[in-house]
Amino acid sequence: MTDETTHAVAFTPEDLPTAKSFFKPHRIVMMLVFAAFVVAVAVFMRWDWLPRYLPRLGWGILVSLAMLFSTAILGFLLAVPIGLVQVTGPWFLKLPAKIFCTVIRGTPLLLQLWLLYYGLGSLFPQFPAIRQSFLWPYLREAWPYGVAALTISFAAYEGEVMRGAFAGVPNGELEAAKAYGMGRWTMFRRIWLPRAIHRALPTLNGETVLQLKSTPLVATVTVVDVYAVISKVRQETFLTYEPLLLLALIYMCLTGILVVAFRTFENRIPTRGA
Amino acid sequence: MAADSLVNWGLLSLSAPGWGGVLLQGFFNSIQIAVGGFTLGLALGVGGAFGKLYGGPVLRDLLECYTTVVRAVPELVLILLLYYAGTDLLNQVLALVAIGPVDISGLMAGIFVIGVVQGAYSTEVLRGAIKAVPAGQIEAARAYGMSPTMVLRRITLPAMLPYAIPGLSNLWLIATKDTALLAVVGFSELTLVTRQAAGTTKAYLLFFLAAGALYLALTLVSNVFIGMLERHARRGLAVNR
Repeated sequence: MTDETTHAVAFTPEDLPTAKSFFKPHRIVMMLVFAAFVVAVAVFMRWDWLPRYLPRLGWGILVSLAMLFSTAILGFLLAVPIGLVQVTGPWFLKLPAKIFCTVIRGTPLLLQLWLLYYGLGSLFPQFPAIRQSFLWPYLREAWPYGVAALTISFAAYEGEVMRGAFAGVPNGELEAAKAYGMGRWTMFRRIWLPRAIHRALPTLNGETVLQLKSTPLVATVTVVDVYAVISKVRQETFLTYEPLLLLALIYMCLTGILVVAFRTFENRIPTRGA
Repeated sequence: MAADSLVNWGLLSLSAPGWGGVLLQGFFNSIQIAVGGFTLGLALGVGGAFGKLYGGPVLRDLLECYTTVVRAVPELVLILLLYYAGTDLLNQVLALVAIGPVDISGLMAGIFVIGVVQGAYSTEVLRGAIKAVPAGQIEAARAYGMSPTMVLRRITLPAMLPYAIPGLSNLWLIATKDTALLAVVGFSELTLVTRQAAGTTKAYLLFFLAAGALYLALTLVSNVFIGMLERHARRGLAVNR
């Protein structure tokens, strides 16, 4: 995906409102209308189930966040080599990386998740070697499949971004590093990787928000994240709107926090001019 | 044994004992929803982009809320909300004007849901593309005395196309993949059909890989057409990108 599309699909720091522009007459009126709407929702809809489920909701949010951060970090670690070999690697590394990115980006995440969970999950028990290995207690759970699918997906999308970022680092900087007598590894560690990550950072923000938006899919393979808790509420209370509205609100808050955190992080990186 | 279920190609045959026909029907449903949703989204996006750029302050803020909410909330949650709330609200409105409740087909609901989500995305893409059109071109059109609709039809829309196509083609690919999420609300598109076929025959890997191949084929074929479209829209443009 291009930067532009990631920005169109994911909420990014550029969209945060500034405090100065926030208070205009028509906005104050709109906020009052919205406040009236919120009060109406709070008063006229049923929220008596909320206290009972609060602990489970909190736990669900933690599971969602754990899914997000673990898969984003693992996926990024995979994305660096995937992007790098596509820029400098020999053809026997370049080709598989390219095919990996195309296949993962060309199929829905839900299908990949179900392929891993139902497909591999039904295959593993047939091999006694796997049943007796130390991994078996984990492979019987659902979350490793969720983590695997989300990691693979993030690695594919971010690998494409890193490819562009590695290719976009000006050649002069790499030549300067060579002229200083840096070895290949030192040059990669000191110049190429930091510069590429810096270039990829705005897109990385967007991709992380997109990853947050993908996490509820793991609920379809029985991982109990915040989405699964809300589904449970809906089954037990027969309410349609209230739990879903709360869920949307929770995700909006999580996105907002994530975006603000990214902006503070990005502002701390010193840049010279543009 | 695993090897047997992996190579039992008969399960994919098109006639009754095989599930190939069912899979293709699901694939057809997916494409229908993707096309419908993308088209609806494009219509919403054109309106949204012009509203955001040229509308009054209230309209602009309302559209900002729309795009913000859609971009901050997971598609899966939006699909559930719109699917249940949308059908429910429609029936309540129909009850108010004294028409009995209608049974909304899954196809229409799916197109509506995907369309609303895509509408927010294409609003953002088109807004960026319209802003990339040099202001002088639009001013020149106004100086010739063209009415706003004529400026839109003759200048803004054609001139923004080369800037919009990369973003829009990505949105099309996202639309084809988002149709899979409708499996969660029980619409029998490719992913759900695949899961049913796999669950019945226990040949999970075979069916999920087959469905993956179908999705991938759709993406690759789309990419070919997108490339052709992009070359066509970029003709006459200086090649600096």
